[in-house]
Amino acid sequence: MQTDPLLQMRHIVKIFPGVLALNGVDFTLRKGEIHALMGENGAGKSTLIKVLTGVYSSDGGEIKVDGQVISIKSPQDAQNHGISTVYQEITLCPNLTVAENMFIGREDSVWIKRKDYEKKADEILSNLGIPARSTQELGNCSLAVQQMVAIARAVDMKCKVLILDEPTSSLDDKEVNMLFDLMRDLKSKGVGIIFVTHFLEQVYEVSDRITVLRNGELVGEYTVEELPQVELVSKMIGKELGELSSMGEHEEAEENKKEVFYEAEGLSSSDALPFDFKIRKGEVNGFTGLLGSGRSESVRAIFGADKVTGGNVKINGKKVSITKPIEAMRNGIGYLAEDRKRDGIIADLSVRENIILALQVMNGILRPISRSEAESYADEYIKMLNIKTASRETPVGSLSGGNQQKVILARWLLTHPEYLILDEPTRGIDVGTKLEIQKLVLKLAEDGVSVTFISSEIEEMLRTCSRLVVMRDRHIVGELKGKDLNQTKVMQTIAGGESENEDKQ
Amino acid sequence: MKRFKALALAAVLALSLVLTACGKTGGGSNGPIKVGVINNPPSESGYREANVKDMEAVFSAANGYELKTFYSIKNDEQLQAAQGFITEGVDYLLISAAETTGWDEVLTKAKEAGVKVYLFDRMIDVDESLYEAAVVSDMAAEGDTAVKWLLDQNLSEYNVIHIQGAMGSDAQIGRTGALQAQFDNGTMNCVVQQTATWDEAEAKNIVESVINSGESFNVIYAENDGMAKGAVAALDEHGITHGVNGDVIVMGFDCNKWALRELKDGAWNYDGQCSPFQAQIISDLIKGVKTSSDKVIINEEKGFDAKTITDSDIDTYGLGE
Amino acid sequence: MKTNSKKLFAGGLGQLTIPLIAIALLVIFNLIRDPSFFSINLSQNNDGNIVLAGNLISIINGASELAILAMGMTLVTAACGGQDISVGAAAAIAGDVFIKVIKAGSVINAGIVILAFLSACLVAMIFGAFNGILVAVFRIQPMIATLILYTCGRSIAYWINGGATPNVKSSILSGIGSFIPGIPIPTPVLIVALMAIIFKLLFRFTSLELLTQSVGINESAAKLNGINTTFIKILSFVILGVCVCVAGIIGTSRLGLINHETLLLDVEMDAILAVAIGGNSLGGGKFKISGSIIGAYVIQMLTTTLYAMKVSSTDVKAYKAIVIILLVVIGSPVVKKKFDKLVRQRISLKKNDSKGAAQA
Repeated sequence: MQTDPLLQMRHIVKIFPGVLALNGVDFTLRKGEIHALMGENGAGKSTLIKVLTGVYSSDGGEIKVDGQVISIKSPQDAQNHGISTVYQEITLCPNLTVAENMFIGREDSVWIKRKDYEKKADEILSNLGIPARSTQELGNCSLAVQQMVAIARAVDMKCKVLILDEPTSSLDDKEVNMLFDLMRDLKSKGVGIIFVTHFLEQVYEVSDRITVLRNGELVGEYTVEELPQVELVSKMIGKELGELSSMGEHEEAEENKKEVFYEAEGLSSSDALPFDFKIRKGEVNGFTGLLGSGRSESVRAIFGADKVTGGNVKINGKKVSITKPIEAMRNGIGYLAEDRKRDGIIADLSVRENIILALQVMNGILRPISRSEAESYADEYIKMLNIKTASRETPVGSLSGGNQQKVILARWLLTHPEYLILDEPTRGIDVGTKLEIQKLVLKLAEDGVSVTFISSEIEEMLRTCSRLVVMRDRHIVGELKGKDLNQTKVMQTIAGGESENEDKQ
Repeated sequence: MKRFKALALAAVLALSLVLTACGKTGGGSNGPIKVGVINNPPSESGYREANVKDMEAVFSAANGYELKTFYSIKNDEQLQAAQGFITEGVDYLLISAAETTGWDEVLTKAKEAGVKVYLFDRMIDVDESLYEAAVVSDMAAEGDTAVKWLLDQNLSEYNVIHIQGAMGSDAQIGRTGALQAQFDNGTMNCVVQQTATWDEAEAKNIVESVINSGESFNVIYAENDGMAKGAVAALDEHGITHGVNGDVIVMGFDCNKWALRELKDGAWNYDGQCSPFQAQIISDLIKGVKTSSDKVIINEEKGFDAKTITDSDIDTYGLGE
Repeated sequence: MKTNSKKLFAGGLGQLTIPLIAIALLVIFNLIRDPSFFSINLSQNNDGNIVLAGNLISIINGASELAILAMGMTLVTAACGGQDISVGAAAAIAGDVFIKVIKAGSVINAGIVILAFLSACLVAMIFGAFNGILVAVFRIQPMIATLILYTCGRSIAYWINGGATPNVKSSILSGIGSFIPGIPIPTPVLIVALMAIIFKLLFRFTSLELLTQSVGINESAAKLNGINTTFIKILSFVILGVCVCVAGIIGTSRLGLINHETLLLDVEMDAILAVAIGGNSLGGGKFKISGSIIGAYVIQMLTTTLYAMKVSSTDVKAYKAIVIILLVVIGSPVVKKKFDKLVRQRISLKKNDSKGAAQA
């Protein structure tokens, strides 16, 4: 009431073939506020944002900026109206320099000299404290820095409305705080920020207001004060929270009785330094550490995803050689890769084809899975994992992130692995799916499958893992279990405060 | 004047060239005659293959020659090779150039170095004084011979399918000219005139298209043997007779051995040839067996009629195997 | 049966829309121009066989080599996201090997023809593997890698026989290249059908289709799913090699003559276009062999139509280029999107109109 609405979206409708993606959704953004847009995957957040930024054209409704009805037909239109976006998936060009990425495609960029915009880019970068040089190739920067460059680009475009779509999903805590400082700064300058994230804590840390969507419809708009976290979650998934908190009770005493399934000694790859590791049947362990600590590289070495350079590997006590993914798969190991889009889904292929892929590869080229067999596998896993898809023949690329992840999970479950490595299976997916995946991990363990679970959210790992391998600077610096499994201890180990955990034996 | 030029050249050219030039004038009459041949590669066509083989056969060691050869379809490479041959000190330079231009400088140098130049197969745009003689084909005469033969058949009407070679090539221009004149003055009716760019399959398509359209024709004039063969394949598939006792007269060019055999079998009616055999004439000129008052010597062109061709014609004039 | 037609309309037709519309337009155009264009009649050929004849037969027959090459090209395109431009030259090599082996024997019988076919096939597959290794192992762009064979292939073909146009007369060869006595359909057409069936069976009894598409769409993910991407890529080139050999032998057998300079000249561009017209992405990934085959017939029908209109064959290429540009542009994602938008706007406009009318 006290401030004018900066942006008003009224009764927005968006129809995809066979799906009503947005059903008369309202959204209001005021000047100088940070407004969290919440909802499970498939709730319509991304669609709403893409309508706002002109990526999609709406099938109904109107958009007002500063009280004026505007029509947004293309991202360029949106930009001209002061609406800038930083997407969840990096949409910059990795083979251009940081400076080029910040100025590419902007009206005035043609006339500016290279030196000038490099200088300008460096200024902005240093103002925002982004650890990148303007002349650096963007692809050489870490994902986090790439994300921040994208934000810097948007900020520099004098935007009135800044949309941050999952900006923090690949950032570590320090970087997140840096980003929040930046957001608060922008807010004080009157910029309206739409913040889309799955990290509930982060919503409460910076947001003023929350709008919740579910199944393409508006659930409601709330101030942060009137909506406690638990209620937010239940509004998002449309259920009460009772069942959510009752997970993850481990009896660690029993762990040691189980036999060891996989054991590596001095395993190293082109990307991972030598390390020792073992996992028992039915055990869920985790690898944790900051971004770049080597946790992903280590599990990739286990799977043979990178060039293996040394080490001894035993499966069920028998020495085996695993240098290629197919060898790992034949030994009962499955690996869900960190980057779902790049290393996971085959976007243009159907859900069915994506589900049977790994099993088919194990069967070999001469023993195809018949169509009917494949269909029944697909149906079985679509049902079992509750994959939301129009049909099993839908291209997997058109599914929401969480459902894509479930398809890849289905792919590996179908191979009936004895050891499943899940690298960030819950990144960028909605709360409901997250919980489903966590439950699935625990159920697999109950059935005797060994699972390695990696997540940036320590809390999530504490809930699912009975043992945590902590890495720092590409070395294993500690192994936590039992009563040591708590946030403080993990943080201390990651940070290297406590020396008692240094010796893991 | 000439002497002065030669002296000036000797002053600026490398010493080695002067030495070889002197050496040559000293002892040229005793050893084998050194001949450098610059030609297009034999893979270019059946014609060229026969041409190259002919050169190699005539300028053999047995005939008292030392032969150096260079084959390329690129003019600049040919020019370099010519320069090289001059430097090496050949007595005679025989050239079938890729392009008609750009040869002045090299031929002038040849002249100054005392190397005698013969052109064969193709003319070059240079002053006549720069070469001894040019033994070439008269493509237009080739077409004339063929069309004259066709007129001699005294058909009541001429409905001709004209399949042309690659447009703009010497052979196409020469073989098209005489027939085009007949079309223009109305003595013959052009059913279709298409280029198949020497492609047999394309020729078949062209004839097939005419057959399918239902138009009548009684002559196929294909500008090489391969295209004639393609045309005949189309006739065969559609049950149209051809050759000596057939409904359609088939004419080809090049005189490949296999084509002449078709002629002998009566499946075709006429095959014309642009003779690839210039080596003997040049050899005769070099050795002084023959002399010619004309600088440009037109090679005799052959045309064979299915009714009169003999096996010895096939052996003597047929190209290839 | 029912599910099949459903499938065709659900996923299949989308990709095949453009080539099918193109064929339909060409058919309509020809029917207006000359209603007898598509008449087919039986006639006796010079070997005494009763055979089918007419423009339609010429089109289907004439497109045979192109259709077969397009099949293999589709696979390479799908796996490698690039095209093989050496198919014409490689076909000349295969044809020359075929003729060489046949001429080596004193008599020409079925045995020697089969031996010749197998030899030509082997050679074409080796050249295919050569291209495949350059692409898959050395990671050279397919067009650049195959440029090597494109440039030198016809010279290699020349060396094999050492003569410009070796010639073979044999009833077996004319059986391959034109008609088998007693069968009125041109043999090349039957060979195309056979190849299509072989591909169908290949996809039915191996998982090649899935694996190839996976490699083409997302190589990194394919690798992490245990697929030997190098093998799949090389295999696609080797399979194309077989297609090249078959096309080369058809081309050679049509006339019983091989001219290494002109056999299937410039066919590589037509083959690539057939793949594109068939709605397949030239960037690799999902593919439909049937689309490419239809694409080949579109190109041939266009050529035959232009010949029938007595367009000079030098101009045919230019006209073909114009039509093909139109087809490819219409089939491009940009135009498709625009078209979809237009349709939807029309629909919503109509809705608004009816609303307005109701209010009034």
